[in-house]
Amino acid sequence: MKRFWKDVTGHMSYALYAAKSGLKSEVANSYLNWIWWVLEPFCFMLIYSFVFGTLFNAKEEHFGLFIFIGLTAWDFFQRNLIQSVKMLKNNKSIVTKVYIPKFILLISRMLFNGYKMLISFGIVVIMMIYYRVAITPYILCIIPILIVLFTLCFAFMTHLMHYGVYVQDLTNVTTIGLRMIFYMTGIFYNIETKLPGKYVGILMKGNPMALILSSLRKSILYGQMPDFKWLFIWFAISIIIAILGVRKIYKNENSYVKVI
Amino acid sequence: MEERKSAISVRNVCIDYKSLKAGSIKENFFKLKKVKQEVFRAVRNVSFEVPEGQILGITGKNGSGKSTMLRAIAGIFSADSGEIDLHGHSISLLSIGVGFNPELSGKENIMLSGMLLGFSEAEVLEKMEEIIDFAGIGKFIDMPVRTYSSGMYSKLAFSITAILETEIMLIDEVLSVGDEKFKKKSYEKMKQLISKRDRTVVIVSHSLSTLNDLCDKIIWMHDGEIFMYDDPEIVLPVYRDFMK
Repeated sequence: MKRFWKDVTGHMSYALYAAKSGLKSEVANSYLNWIWWVLEPFCFMLIYSFVFGTLFNAKEEHFGLFIFIGLTAWDFFQRNLIQSVKMLKNNKSIVTKVYIPKFILLISRMLFNGYKMLISFGIVVIMMIYYRVAITPYILCIIPILIVLFTLCFAFMTHLMHYGVYVQDLTNVTTIGLRMIFYMTGIFYNIETKLPGKYVGILMKGNPMALILSSLRKSILYGQMPDFKWLFIWFAISIIIAILGVRKIYKNENSYVKVI
Repeated sequence: MEERKSAISVRNVCIDYKSLKAGSIKENFFKLKKVKQEVFRAVRNVSFEVPEGQILGITGKNGSGKSTMLRAIAGIFSADSGEIDLHGHSISLLSIGVGFNPELSGKENIMLSGMLLGFSEAEVLEKMEEIIDFAGIGKFIDMPVRTYSSGMYSKLAFSITAILETEIMLIDEVLSVGDEKFKKKSYEKMKQLISKRDRTVVIVSHSLSTLNDLCDKIIWMHDGEIFMYDDPEIVLPVYRDFMK
């Protein structure tokens, strides 16, 4: 634990700088550059609003915002997880040449994706003004919710990164798994009103992403108190998973180099 | 020779490569029975001490475990048995272009690479001018690295590692980059870096003249073992004969 803390603080500036330069290099090559970070979720929102709002006649207050908030958080989660599988292979030039605590790469990646998420949330604010959604003090709840989201991502990422080294087709499995969770998370429908009662409880408690998404919507859109009891439980679970993951990485990190 | 404190202690180190460890899920599933893995022992039972300030050369034919040994000292590999003690010294493996991002400018890559080597932002900034100066690639320093010629690339990379100094330097055949002029310049710089009194250096090289020129001691590795370990005047002639 002490070592983890020392490693994190010692390499934080690198993680930040690497995330920054990652963003910069992504922007360098396309004409619309950073606008894509906004445009992409925005277009998906339009698609989902059309398909589910118009074709399937979903009745949800501020449906566009409802979807957009969900997509923003989901994209962050999904990108982090997918990218961590090949993390070490893609950074081969680094890990075979210098020693770096391997989870620093994960943290850097989270900062990278987190920045994109931040921009997306900026759009949420603009949309809220446009739709004249009342902003309540409950909006402050998004801070603890996002902390839970970060911890949760990190916890899963450590394990995915570790097994990604040894199992070549883990990406395929992860993609399928994520797609399944995607539909069970309620990006474009409201789990609490659209599903039969007995499933609501299971999903809202058993699927941390569904919980996080509905908490975000509650605090941003509906001015309600999120379910902090379950958020805290998932925070604790994430911490435990993360500790196990970091331990595993520490134990194996020097043999990664031999495999990739 | 006077007794000096140890900078690197290597004791009974063995390093194995297990062949084909990464497999698909299917393979893992069907091979529930433990298949005997082929183990290749790259370094066998190697021990040596490097006192502070010494310049140690490691030579040997390809695949004799030199680079593996070097990477183990740098902390990139773990030894499968035995131990490596650096006595708390800072260390860097001089390698070309660590963590370079081809889309970014030379300056930003200096920053990235320097921070990866364990320097703080301020420390790298302080040395920035010197690095740019030494690399001598002119206005290209503000252009994306992907536009560089391979010579410019290695010049920049070399300058970063040469100017950001650590107490122990590990060098893996990097003495020849760039054109004749830069080669000479980098060789001189190398010599200057190496000859600082308190600096401990381990060089892996095939160039006998380099080794003869720079080193205090030579280790000749053969099939993962130390074959000879002595002064350059004794080891090098024998090695030269052997390689004929």
